[in-house]
Amino acid sequence: MLTAIAIAVDGLGFAAWLFLSSVGLTLIYGVMRILNIAHGGFYALGAYSSAWAIGLYTATGSPVAFSFLLIPLAALIAGGIAGLLVERGILKFMYGRDEVLMVLVTYAVFLILEDVTKLIWGTESYIAWQPAFHFGTVEIVGIPYTVYKFLIIGTALLVGLSLFLVLNKTRVGKLLLVVIEDREISSALGINVTLFFSVTFVVGAILGALGGAITAPEISVSPGIGAEIIVLSFAVIVIGGMGSIGGAMIGAVIVGFARAASVHLYPPAELFSIYLVMAAVLAVKPYGLFALAESRKI
Amino acid sequence: MTKSRLGASFGSLLRNSTSIIMAAGIGVTAAFATAGTAQAEDASVKIGFVTFLSGGAAGPFGVPARNAAELMIQSINSGAIPAPYGTAGVGGAKIDPIFVDENSKQKNADYLKLVEKDGVDMVVGYISSGSCKAIAPEAEKAQKLTILFDCGTPQIFEDIVTDPKYTFRTGGHATMDNVAAARYLQQQDVSLDSIAGINQNYAWGQDSWRDFSQSVLQLKDGATVSTEQFPKIYAGQYGSEVSAILTSKPNVVHSSFWGGDMEAFIIQGSARGVFERSKVVLTTGETAMHRLGGQMPNGTVIGARGPHGDLAPESELNDWFRKAYFDRFGTLPTYPSYKMAQALLGVKAAADKAGSADQDAIIGALRGLEWEGPSGKVTMALANGHQAIQDTAYGTYMYDKDAGKATLVDIVRFPAECVNPPAGVTSIDWIKGGFQGAACD
Repeated sequence: MLTAIAIAVDGLGFAAWLFLSSVGLTLIYGVMRILNIAHGGFYALGAYSSAWAIGLYTATGSPVAFSFLLIPLAALIAGGIAGLLVERGILKFMYGRDEVLMVLVTYAVFLILEDVTKLIWGTESYIAWQPAFHFGTVEIVGIPYTVYKFLIIGTALLVGLSLFLVLNKTRVGKLLLVVIEDREISSALGINVTLFFSVTFVVGAILGALGGAITAPEISVSPGIGAEIIVLSFAVIVIGGMGSIGGAMIGAVIVGFARAASVHLYPPAELFSIYLVMAAVLAVKPYGLFALAESRKI
Repeated sequence: MTKSRLGASFGSLLRNSTSIIMAAGIGVTAAFATAGTAQAEDASVKIGFVTFLSGGAAGPFGVPARNAAELMIQSINSGAIPAPYGTAGVGGAKIDPIFVDENSKQKNADYLKLVEKDGVDMVVGYISSGSCKAIAPEAEKAQKLTILFDCGTPQIFEDIVTDPKYTFRTGGHATMDNVAAARYLQQQDVSLDSIAGINQNYAWGQDSWRDFSQSVLQLKDGATVSTEQFPKIYAGQYGSEVSAILTSKPNVVHSSFWGGDMEAFIIQGSARGVFERSKVVLTTGETAMHRLGGQMPNGTVIGARGPHGDLAPESELNDWFRKAYFDRFGTLPTYPSYKMAQALLGVKAAADKAGSADQDAIIGALRGLEWEGPSGKVTMALANGHQAIQDTAYGTYMYDKDAGKATLVDIVRFPAECVNPPAGVTSIDWIKGGFQGAACD
């Protein structure tokens, strides 16, 4: 019973982190058909800017409670600026190119962002633990969990719900769904597809940065963290169906629970469990659980 | 080594008429004399240095090691190191360095480029055990002197290259770290009834846990392993592993995590009470203690993969190294810096002893050599004189809030022969055999 509850809580916590880290990737793919490898770079920028800002803030001795505001702020500024620069400076010249080429282009952008991160923050790691400790822990069947972990779970739910509402209940969201369905027809109907692309990319970049920013207080922010997240995020969105927000959420939950169960029940299979689940899902649903329907064009 | 082009000059002379042979002979003699003097003045030994200059291991390991290399190269070339290293150069030759990033997907190709294209006389490097496993056989094949300065897996000379000619390791291997950790806990009267491990899932983490857990099983009858976790290197998220440790309620938690992984585990584990409920031993903890300060929980058992950093014994050489490093980089040297300095002083000691910086001369002198580093005596005692042993030490972490200073208390030193297997015996056989021949007094 104790183990089952631990698996449930750990699985949920890991799933929330995975969802926040991968939702930007699936959003950009859904709208733009770009598998954005640079997502890892946005994640790292968010993590560094958050850790750096929290470090500066707490060094002043100001109340830690306000440091929580720095997390979304860091994501908004770092992700917004970087996303806009990459989209306007590079990607807008590449639209319409083959998807494989775009993977290479965004991989190049990822490498550039890695070096930009090092140029700004150096090779030293940054720690900004204060928010993760601020609210202490709650005990669930005798196991302490940080309140911060539940804040991450709450944020993931909030982000998922907000995206769902924006896409399905607002005019802009509905137009975006039309663009996703068929960009040529959308363009013919007078929808400014390029603007949608720009906004989507910047929002995706901000979400990527948010994933990093909210993780920063729990980890040591070091060079290379962006590369790690890309592989896991890719597994999550492939399981859920590339381009599907709901799919990313379900994919994150499946991966989160599979990994937590493995760690508690059979630790040697911890890494293997993630890819076993991915292989099993793809064997049954080759395009993922909630893949967007592709219209066949002749 | 720089080579004179006198051979070519001499060949061209032979093609000239016999009438000028005598005059030319005088010229050649003069040229030899001049070149000889120039060689003595300008002789250099080209060394390829390979450490992490990017990626997660750069900040805590690669850059401190590179910094130490820069400091030592300048000091060796100018003869600024205290006795017995006061003479300039290694065997009279100045070090000409090339730095290469270990964070590469093509480590073997990078190594061969250093050897074949850049023409280095030796390679000093490699922090990751994975790198060393790949490079050691390559060094033997390329017949190039290669000094592994940091990586820890005992597999290098026990399984991978069992009869080394060109490969040396100037730092102790992981067995020393983990046997000493187990002995330290026993001496501090920590209960060893139940132990847990969280180590990275590759050679370093697996070997470290194997040596620690087997050592504890030897030292404590009836000890049990409550859980053994092997997350992927650079995973960063250890929520599930921390829960698994908490639910298994061990007396001791062992981790050979390093760099960002270790710091993340300290943050996540201390936030959830792991360090309060169990005695945690971090075999590479010294690299983080000054950075984390008050965030490192008091009572954590700290190692430095040898008697390095805060565990180093007092000596003129250690004082000089700490001061020179601090003056230049504004921070105290941690163990990767010490181990790089140790490696370069080993090369210098061997070359000075041989009176030459030629590869064969250094290899001959380095095999079985004993020399003094900033951390004390180092002896190439294992693997036919290719693997170093040295004393080691562990301490318990205490943070002085008022002074804002991280310190180690209850430091215990272990003689090299107490925590290393004797020559000719593999680490695991030695541990499972009950540490036969260990000299701990």
